[in-house]
Amino acid sequence: MTAEQTKNIPLKVEFTYAPLTELGSHDIILKLSEEQLTFNSGGLELLFSDQRKHNVSLPRNDLAGEPSNVGFLVTWLCENLMKDPRKEMFVLDDSVRPGILVLINDADWELEGEENYELQAGDEVVFVSTLHGG
Amino acid sequence: MDMFTTTDTHLTFLRTQIASTESQLRTLKAQLAQAELSAQTARQLHEAYQGGFPAEWIEETLGALDDSSERDIARKLRQDGGFEGAPTPAPAAVAVPVLDAGGAKARAGRWPLADEEYKRYGRQMIMPEIGLHGQLRLKNAKVLVVGLGGLGCPAAAYLAGAGVGTLGLMDGDTVEVSNLHRQIAHKVRTVGGMKVDSAVEFLQAYVKLQTFASSSPSDLVCSLNPNVKYAPYRSHLSPDKAVAIFERYDLVLDCTDHPTSRYLISDACVLAGKPLVSASALKTEGQLLVLNNPPRAPGDASSGPCYRCIFPKPPPADAIQSCGEGGILGPVVGVMGVLQALEAIRLLTAKPPAPPPMTDWMDLSMDSTPPVTPEVKPTMLMFSAYNTPQFRSVRLRSRRTDCAACSYQATVTQHSLTTGSTDYIAFCGSTTPLDPLPPESRISARDFARLPTDGSNILIDVRDETQYSICALRGSTNIPWNGNAEAWVQDAVKRGVMSGYEDGRERFVVCRLGNDSQLVVRAVREWLGSAVRVREIEGGFRAWREGVDRSWPKY
Ligand SMILES: [Zn+2]
Repeated sequence: MTAEQTKNIPLKVEFTYAPLTELGSHDIILKLSEEQLTFNSGGLELLFSDQRKHNVSLPRNDLAGEPSNVGFLVTWLCENLMKDPRKEMFVLDDSVRPGILVLINDADWELEGEENYELQAGDEVVFVSTLHGG
Repeated sequence: MDMFTTTDTHLTFLRTQIASTESQLRTLKAQLAQAELSAQTARQLHEAYQGGFPAEWIEETLGALDDSSERDIARKLRQDGGFEGAPTPAPAAVAVPVLDAGGAKARAGRWPLADEEYKRYGRQMIMPEIGLHGQLRLKNAKVLVVGLGGLGCPAAAYLAGAGVGTLGLMDGDTVEVSNLHRQIAHKVRTVGGMKVDSAVEFLQAYVKLQTFASSSPSDLVCSLNPNVKYAPYRSHLSPDKAVAIFERYDLVLDCTDHPTSRYLISDACVLAGKPLVSASALKTEGQLLVLNNPPRAPGDASSGPCYRCIFPKPPPADAIQSCGEGGILGPVVGVMGVLQALEAIRLLTAKPPAPPPMTDWMDLSMDSTPPVTPEVKPTMLMFSAYNTPQFRSVRLRSRRTDCAACSYQATVTQHSLTTGSTDYIAFCGSTTPLDPLPPESRISARDFARLPTDGSNILIDVRDETQYSICALRGSTNIPWNGNAEAWVQDAVKRGVMSGYEDGRERFVVCRLGNDSQLVVRAVREWLGSAVRVREIEGGFRAWREGVDRSWPKY
């Protein structure tokens, strides 16, 4: 096991149809993995990657040394992947904003303990934006 | 103080008792409705048997019937020996006039369905999932479709096709040309007419054919299923009438396009005790939910969640995008509407579970345990046309014990709906209105058209690339606005349209409707200061078409 593997949890994160729904045709505001973060210097092409599925490497423990949970993942995504300054489109009042359903391994996160669910390697977290059109 | 404590305890006790009793009353009413439906189906089957039900079908068909009432009849009929021997030949089929708005009539005392109905529904009736009993359940069912757009059109079409007895159709909108790529019930001739009338004409040769000036008798034979009884509602659903209308139906389909109606429909379904099939779609994505199923009384945890259980708070109004703004692919919303019809058929033809033993739960005492019922497993089906896999079913939570609509603590009541104290518009909020820019930061489309085209000014088109490639003004530069002011300004500088602004050249910003262009002007002011001469074209390309170029594509 490498040091990287012991420190980090590999996760799949997906955003269906993006937090920034009203802002044009681009789906995704969050960019990809660490490598791409260092590879690109940060511009629109990063901000609006068309890719909705992201493989991320989350630190195994949060800043307080506790096992990383979904609450920490949300904060971490905001700080590390989200390039758009309007965090309120994703997080409101310290939680994922209303209208975004969080799924952990294809289950509503409310079935899994919401923010307190401790992430495991290989977990799949999906942020689903509710649709209203018809 | 002791006296008050005692009084409070007593009040709490009484309230809990009332809630519990009301809950049981609702359950009883629901069971009564179920029993009535079963009895009706059984009666019709009985008539069928009396009429000469072929002996070789009996075992198979009766085996498919789970209801105790139907079983009783079956047993009785077997004992009577009513089916022994060859059935008497059926009388010559009576042709059902297709134009009969009342629908095909079964010949009393012989077969439960009319000859035309056996032919029409035969392909679905020969499947065990439907069978004769399922077809009769469909025929006895009343389904309300709220919204006759991209979801409601296909949903209503398949339900009418399947032979649902009564279809309520509700919409306050009129047909527009931009609806036709996906709203399959409407057509060029019904543009400008009520969607409800257009849909009824599509589904059934409607008696008031003069609704559309050019209707001709030949339209009658084009209708889908005249056997169905159609109940048109030519207005949007209002909170004060919702519960009363829903009570007339067995099932409701939410085919609307806004959070206000989604919360209202869900609340009214909970209050009226009806299951809800809800779908939505935008761009290339769709979502499907079966809610309040089975529709047990508020507080009964064995029922499925309502819309508020899943989404207790609406999204910010600014985050909501309509099909007109975001776009919609016809088959995507069509798939979702067809899936709604499928779920409706599955619910309507499902065999009802055996009722719990009455003695156990009629006990009104505080500690009575609710009847044991099979666990509901609520799910949401997500469809994403351009992803793999296209379909994904995810598990949802069950009822929320503090839900505003379906818990013991519900604050949404029939009274709050009727009086308007449950205010859906306030609940869902409204979009933040733009502070209009000062006049010196704006220019009308007409005035802009009069400016010289000698390169002395710069036109920036901030629509996205897809829209820009549909139509654009020559010489304009496309820098899409995505809501991020800093990033946009950086891009504009990089693309050269903001550099050298000391030269005195003026920048003009245009978008589709004149909203984003104002945000861009603001962003430029914020990041580059007032030295940049920048104005936005008021009303965007919509105003351009109206005031300058009538041939400009209106999409
Ligand atoms: Zn609820």
